[in-house]
Amino acid sequence: MSSIYQALIEIVGEDYASNRQEELFTYSKDLGTSESKWPEYVVAPKTTEEVQKIVRLANEEKIAIVPLGGGMTLAGLALPLKGGITIDMKRMEKIIEVNEPGRYMVVEAGISQGKITSYLHKHHPHLMHSEPGAPPAATVGGNLAIHGQGDLAHPYGFNSDMVNGLEVILPTGEIARFGSCAIDAGWYTMHPLPDLGLFLGWNGTTGIMTKVSLRLFPHKQIRKMDLFAVENEALVPEILYELTHVGLSEDLVAFSSEIPPMMNKLHSISIVITGDSEEEIEFKRHLFFDVKLSKYIRSGVGGIAAVSQDRQRPQISKSADWKKGGGFEYVGAIMPVSAYPECYRRGAEISARHDIPYTVLGRVIGSSHGMMFSWSYAFNRADPETVRHAREALHETDEQVMEMNGAIWKPAVFGQKLMMDRMDTNTLQLMKKVKNLLDPNGIMNPGNWEVIQ
Amino acid sequence: MYELKFDEDMCFACGTHDCLVKCQHLDLDEDMARIELEKFINSEDPWVLHDCVTCYACEEYCPNGNHPFYLIVQKQEELNIPPLPEPLIKQGVQLGIPFRGEPEIKEINGTALNMGAFSVLTNRVQSRLFEGLTIMSDDPRKMFHYFCQLMYLHYAKTSVINERLEKIIATIAAHKVKKVVHFHDECYGTYTSYAPAFGIDVPFESIHLFEYLYNKLEELKSDITPLNYKVAYQRPCSSRLSPDKHLFVDKIFSLIGVEPVDREYVDENAMCCGATILGQRKEGRRQYCNEIQKNNIEDMKNAGAQICVFNCPACMQTLGKPVGKSGIMPLFMSDLCRLAIGEKVV
Repeated sequence: MSSIYQALIEIVGEDYASNRQEELFTYSKDLGTSESKWPEYVVAPKTTEEVQKIVRLANEEKIAIVPLGGGMTLAGLALPLKGGITIDMKRMEKIIEVNEPGRYMVVEAGISQGKITSYLHKHHPHLMHSEPGAPPAATVGGNLAIHGQGDLAHPYGFNSDMVNGLEVILPTGEIARFGSCAIDAGWYTMHPLPDLGLFLGWNGTTGIMTKVSLRLFPHKQIRKMDLFAVENEALVPEILYELTHVGLSEDLVAFSSEIPPMMNKLHSISIVITGDSEEEIEFKRHLFFDVKLSKYIRSGVGGIAAVSQDRQRPQISKSADWKKGGGFEYVGAIMPVSAYPECYRRGAEISARHDIPYTVLGRVIGSSHGMMFSWSYAFNRADPETVRHAREALHETDEQVMEMNGAIWKPAVFGQKLMMDRMDTNTLQLMKKVKNLLDPNGIMNPGNWEVIQ
Repeated sequence: MYELKFDEDMCFACGTHDCLVKCQHLDLDEDMARIELEKFINSEDPWVLHDCVTCYACEEYCPNGNHPFYLIVQKQEELNIPPLPEPLIKQGVQLGIPFRGEPEIKEINGTALNMGAFSVLTNRVQSRLFEGLTIMSDDPRKMFHYFCQLMYLHYAKTSVINERLEKIIATIAAHKVKKVVHFHDECYGTYTSYAPAFGIDVPFESIHLFEYLYNKLEELKSDITPLNYKVAYQRPCSSRLSPDKHLFVDKIFSLIGVEPVDREYVDENAMCCGATILGQRKEGRRQYCNEIQKNNIEDMKNAGAQICVFNCPACMQTLGKPVGKSGIMPLFMSDLCRLAIGEKVV
């Protein structure tokens, strides 16, 4: 038995450390098109202190560590590109505190989004968090590490804008806290302390989040999703502008897909309307449809496609079915809302070139301050040719995003390089300095956001 | 292509112009109705074509069986007066495109049950009431091969119906069926009203669901326990194409021991569920839809209905929840009949 393995067992117990092939296999895979990358060990800590000990061990042994949440990024961001120890955070799933009047909750970072939703439904039905457009197994820490967005992106922005406090294990093993919790004053605010901004969106390359204070929001008791459809993609940005001016929706998403045929070459805008009474819902609908959108309806270029139907929110994962074999991966990018028409057109072209039915979606972030646009590419896991096509389509899309002056969201290594190639030199060097300062041994998720120059 | 069998002279000579005078959504006296009719027969641009909510009811009101509604829809298309915004029309037209393979055609001995585009409701016919019927179109992936297309009357697209219907009929006929019970009376209306009106051949006999249910309940009479509910019937637009079968509603109610409530929106004066009105182009249609739905449900409630009986899945989808919220239980007619013979309905 290797000394590292023995040491891991001593930290977490033998049930939660493994170097067995059958278990490492699971951690060598990503749901997207990435090639398998095998860790040497897998460990599942239960406490902050255990994480700390693992990180210290990794520093002593100069072995890579990769924190893993739900493993849902599809972009291979938690694959051990340079081997080492995969730290599966999912056992750290405690809900530490819910402050109802202060509207925040403190959780361990490995908790799943689904568990939070379910807990709040049961115990605090008037509160909700922003659940990302990912399966419920996605974790809070994983989502923050990639600047995720969710159900409340329109009113409140990125999920990483909804953090009131953080506890992080630094790459050298120290525990650091940020926000009001750093001065032992509770977990209710990130401000006005100096901005250290070193962890959110870094893909786990600068530390491991162990505790998070999440902002919670009013949970209205009635939730409806209405759809507004247009044929001309050029209308989508102005319609979203109108809708965000009203500002009473919880979520605004524009989407189009070749399959099913009814969606083909049409653009549906889902408008999530919530309220505590039917009167509140109708008041909002009146402002949306009778005031802001009536000109499109009257002129016949836009229409109310559905109200109050039992529709699921747009789920790009459904596109995995279009090639059979269950595979899909997407490029996400943060784009100006005005780029929607171009994003749609270019995505449809790339898809056609690779014989993949197109699926595109743009979720509004803030008051039309931006959108997370995604281009999904389906592939058959059992057919290497379709995997190759999807991979090429993803790379082409990354390049197109840069060409359209977008910023690739949760980029895979290929996309990270594209962004760093274009990055301002001083910024890039600062990133490098920060990384070297925090992680002198280069053990934290190496291969990601790696500044070479 | 197919042409509507419409007799202009019959309309000019009509003494009532009930098709428009009786309309619940337009306000016309007989003189105005005559003028408007003449205009759209002559392919002019009458406001009726702009204001029609496409509720089908004039098909029933016409005392001469002269298909005024089919004419209205045809003229709307001809004069480019679409009732709905273009994206909704495109979406609707694309909805009916089959995209998950060809249906499996098996010969059916005896009578078939056609689920049309509602294969997802096949669980509703797992009942003794449907024993002996072979279900066609029970696979939701293939259901659009059996989609009767009549929905496109709401879209002013008789051209789409006429283009696709022949193939749908051929698919059903390929099962070598002689008699077909249609789960949705829109399908029944397609094959017994629309197709003959446009001279489209239908090589099978169609049976209305309610007639079938009534006859089956007669067979199972000894198993019926009167339900003793007060019920309101939400009559769908497509039932206007088969008014001769409407009598089976009361006959079934009587057989299973439920009492239809005395209300305003009943029989010929039934109110549209509003599904299509909601999205129409004309200003104020959303609020109008809300208003008629509210009035309709209030009417059921004030009349003391405990159950709202649906025929059409689209009406159920549109009104089911608000009806339920008002304290009235929404149920398909077939489910109500199942309750009467002691079956459980989930």
